[in-house]
Amino acid sequence: MKLEMKDSPGQLVAALKPISDVGGNIIAVIHQREQGSDHGTLDVQIVLELPEGRLEKLVVLLKEQGVHIQRIGEQRLLYKRTVILIGHLMHTDLSDTVDQIDSTGFAEVSELAMSMPAVKDRSSSRLTIKSVTKEDMEAALAILRRVSQQKSLLLIEPLEESA
Amino acid sequence: MKIALIGLGSVGRGVAEMITKKDLGLTITGLADSKSGAMDPNGLDIPALLTHKKKNGHCGDPDISTLDIIKKADYDALVEVTPTNALSGEPAIGYIKTALARKKHVVTSNKGPIALANKELRAMARKNGVALRYEATVAGAIPIMHTLEHGLAGNEILALYGVLNGTCNYILTRMAAEGLTYEQALMEAREMGYAEADPTYDVKGIDAAIKLVILANTIWGNGVTLKDVDCTGIDLLTPDALQLAEDEGCTIRLIAEAIPRKHILRVSPRIIEKNHPLVFDGTLNALTLETDMAKEITLIGRGAGSVETASAIIGDLLYIKDRYDGRA
Repeated sequence: MKLEMKDSPGQLVAALKPISDVGGNIIAVIHQREQGSDHGTLDVQIVLELPEGRLEKLVVLLKEQGVHIQRIGEQRLLYKRTVILIGHLMHTDLSDTVDQIDSTGFAEVSELAMSMPAVKDRSSSRLTIKSVTKEDMEAALAILRRVSQQKSLLLIEPLEESA
Repeated sequence: MKIALIGLGSVGRGVAEMITKKDLGLTITGLADSKSGAMDPNGLDIPALLTHKKKNGHCGDPDISTLDIIKKADYDALVEVTPTNALSGEPAIGYIKTALARKKHVVTSNKGPIALANKELRAMARKNGVALRYEATVAGAIPIMHTLEHGLAGNEILALYGVLNGTCNYILTRMAAEGLTYEQALMEAREMGYAEADPTYDVKGIDAAIKLVILANTIWGNGVTLKDVDCTGIDLLTPDALQLAEDEGCTIRLIAEAIPRKHILRVSPRIIEKNHPLVFDGTLNALTLETDMAKEITLIGRGAGSVETASAIIGDLLYIKDRYDGRA
């Protein structure tokens, strides 16, 4: 998001605090002065990760700090699930398996760890999948279930309770 | 209260010994193993009969059959602990029906009849004004049925998750702790007496699925059967997979899961955080219930064993004794 705030001591810190208050994680702060702020204000771009549904609260908190929000960029990939796949992963085209998730546009495999014993043995891999919403994650897992069945892979899903 | 005990395997022996040893107001008046039977309306000499069985391979008179005991003995409650047949449920279903028709209470540890004919048997018990109780069919000594029926009475059960097979939990524990292969861990489980010679029912998740069916029918009365369970076992797991889970602070456990509102009824190996209440070592069983009022409740305990299972059966018997005292 791109923010505009008063160019006075302590203002940047005051603007960053609400982010951690709502459970967000700051990835980058880009702070540009070159345009010469004639109104005595400062433009700052912040890249951050927020748990789902917290953005509105953050907007309110920032406004309370007197920070003007110029622009909010798109929300992306905040849901994370880890699964394990066991089977003949290479012979069944692992990159195709990953691509079936990546090509959805709403979920992607962000991490892959793999362990391959002897060539003929079944290998095991851990995939971390990210998506924007819980529904997208469900859809991604449904795809993975179908692909696993087609390729005779054992898919181990995380236990996620749901009251 | 007078008890007829059918089946003298590990569980039957545990029941007979505990009833004899403890002063519970229970008297065994009928006893049958697969080859013989004995009855006495004034109470049998159980230690003598057990000794006789040890020496001769059968407990009583070879001319008295199990069905003779069920039909003719003088008893208030039948304890049916014969071996399980998960496919047909017989001959246990027949035994239970015969006793219910005589207006006798029935307590069983036998999963087959309860998974296959729960509705019919319960209706028959109701019609005859007697109890049919089966605490011992699921998770051994853990009083899950009593908890559902009494402790959580009035709660809506939203979901349940369980570790319902001690053999699988032992194998997974050993694979994670020692990096054993599935085959090595299974062999070890056999040596320890935790796995059967044919472990198919356990490791393919079928045993856990049968228990899940019993729980689902008891809680929701939804008429589900074994075919409705999406069932995956642990026999294809690799030590590498457990290590990959471990790297993330997790492990893998065989979890039975029922969430009616999402139409989920499945048994499958799952990635689960190591500090989760359903993660523990060895052969224990556990169940987490999610309810509307009590929220989450987890019960952990021994899922098998002679005296442990007898605990569940005796709990059922004493419940019946209290409840039906006037006529028992």
